[in-house]
Amino acid sequence: MSLLSIRNMKTSIGQYAVLHDVTFDVPEGGVFVLLGRNGAGKTTTLRSIMGLWSPSPGSVTFRGQDITGMHTADIARLGIAYVPENMGIFGTLTVDENLILATANGKFDKARLARIHELFPALERFRDKQAWSLSGGQKQMLSVARAIIEPRSLILIDEPTKGLAPSIVAAMAEAFREISRTTTILLVEQNFNFAKSLGRDMAVIDDGRVAHAGTMADFAADLDLQDRLLSLSV
Amino acid sequence: MTALTQTLGRAGGVNLLPVFIAVIAFVLIGAPSSWITLTVAGLAMGMMLFLMASGLSLVFGLMDVLNFGHSAFVSFGAFISATVLAGLGGWLTADSWALNSMALIAAYLAAITFGLIAGWFFETVIIKPVYRDHLRQILITIGAMIVAEQTILAFWGGTPFSVARPAFLEGSWIIGDVSIEIYRAFAFALGAAVFVMLYLVLNRTRIGLLIRAGVEDREMVEALGFRVDRLFIGVFMLGSALAALGGAMWAGYETLITPHMGADLMIVVFIVVIIGGLGSIEGTLLGAVLVGLMSNYVGFLAPKLALASNMILMVAILLWRPNGLRPAVK
Ligand SMILES: Nc1ncnc2c1ncn2[C@@H]1O[C@H](COP(=O)(O)OP(=O)(O)O)[C@@H](O)[C@H]1O
Ligand SMILES: [Mg+2]
Repeated sequence: MSLLSIRNMKTSIGQYAVLHDVTFDVPEGGVFVLLGRNGAGKTTTLRSIMGLWSPSPGSVTFRGQDITGMHTADIARLGIAYVPENMGIFGTLTVDENLILATANGKFDKARLARIHELFPALERFRDKQAWSLSGGQKQMLSVARAIIEPRSLILIDEPTKGLAPSIVAAMAEAFREISRTTTILLVEQNFNFAKSLGRDMAVIDDGRVAHAGTMADFAADLDLQDRLLSLSV
Repeated sequence: MTALTQTLGRAGGVNLLPVFIAVIAFVLIGAPSSWITLTVAGLAMGMMLFLMASGLSLVFGLMDVLNFGHSAFVSFGAFISATVLAGLGGWLTADSWALNSMALIAAYLAAITFGLIAGWFFETVIIKPVYRDHLRQILITIGAMIVAEQTILAFWGGTPFSVARPAFLEGSWIIGDVSIEIYRAFAFALGAAVFVMLYLVLNRTRIGLLIRAGVEDREMVEALGFRVDRLFIGVFMLGSALAALGGAMWAGYETLITPHMGADLMIVVFIVVIIGGLGSIEGTLLGAVLVGLMSNYVGFLAPKLALASNMILMVAILLWRPNGLRPAVK
């Protein structure tokens, strides 16, 4: 059984039909990559899974439970975390406040916090700084850290490398590799090299539909397919 | 220039604005005793405006809800507390500090209790169906405000209702040639105490952390697993109760109240919230103190300009800082 199953999702935003037919399965463990051109519907897919848009008609099943139409907060409580494209950092809160907010009972688990500080040392150095003053890369780290401050089953991450310096992208890849040992990651990514190095399974969304799904190894080997589904010249 | 800006920033930045206005007023007024009286009056008015405005600001910050019916809580708070005080007239005039304060506490508790219950009802019945729809929010909350005003008219009549004050708050302290009305000092102290309590709740508790985060980005708080809509009911009830308390205190300050007092005050309250920056209680306090001081100084120097001066203050501040002095979102 897959961890997350999406069936015939057709999400509309206002009167615009954005997703026409999105169907794919995310198996448990590792990194599942969702690729696609700008405007294809990747963010809308993640938001529909989180219940931030209503994915109707269509269904989202998590661990066999139908979560379609559930409140976002209740979906999160099932163990799904979301790292949005804009990072969703609370700028007037300190780094530590951003993290403590995401804990279930308002207390840090020492071991988890230590592991996060090991992954992202900047978050320890700037723990009392207001988050708006962090750099883009540090904000991204904080957003990811917030998603793993509690044990989760699935993390949805939307374009985490956008606008980041190469050294930070490398650190991020390392962090994702480590996180994916215990937690399934559904990663939306434009940076194909980054995605290729992490992903096991993948799907491509094009114009609101799943245009291809399979293993990353096969897709990486098929240059024609990549060109057809990801190139900008269409 | 940048050095000056930095020095000002370290010294308190926009928080210095009331001091700045007070200094200018001191020069213009000339007489120190009048200036002190006006400053105390301005601070007292500011604190009462803060109570009326803080709920409105948080409610908008957290859920984007525009509540033009907020003034109903102010009016009802005033009339309910005035009625309780009238009923306890014996305690008020008794030569006992304890009885005096018990009457006042009973009146304020009645207003606060009303605010909590009416706030719950208002949120559940009137606001909830129109989340995320500003036009309908404006229409339905203005409608509710009219209904509330007519209800007050029906119960208390249209003639100005006179408000009794406890004996220990009557009169003034005279220090040299300066006279300070005791009620004003009391209103300032009570408002300041409520501000400190609110500040501590917002900055030292988990609920407060959730509210501050929710004001910045409601969706993200929900995506972390918290029901902001349930939190919002609590904030709405608290805001309504504070508005009712503000109305009750205002009633004692004015000593004569009419059914449209809330609606009259609402213009000023909106100016306070807009100047301060929506969603932040520090901003609301700053806006309230500025408007309170400005009203009293200008009311003394050029009475005809009193309301216009607040409008001008608002426009000037918005031109300088379009999101208000201390917006909750960075
Ligand atoms: N809030 C919105 N209102 C209207 N249209 C939107 C909104 N968000 C996204 N869209 C449209 O939906 C389509 C898919 O957007 P999105 O899911 O953000 O794409 P991607 O993340 O793949 O770049 C785009 O055409 C975009 O213009
Ligand atoms: Mg996107």
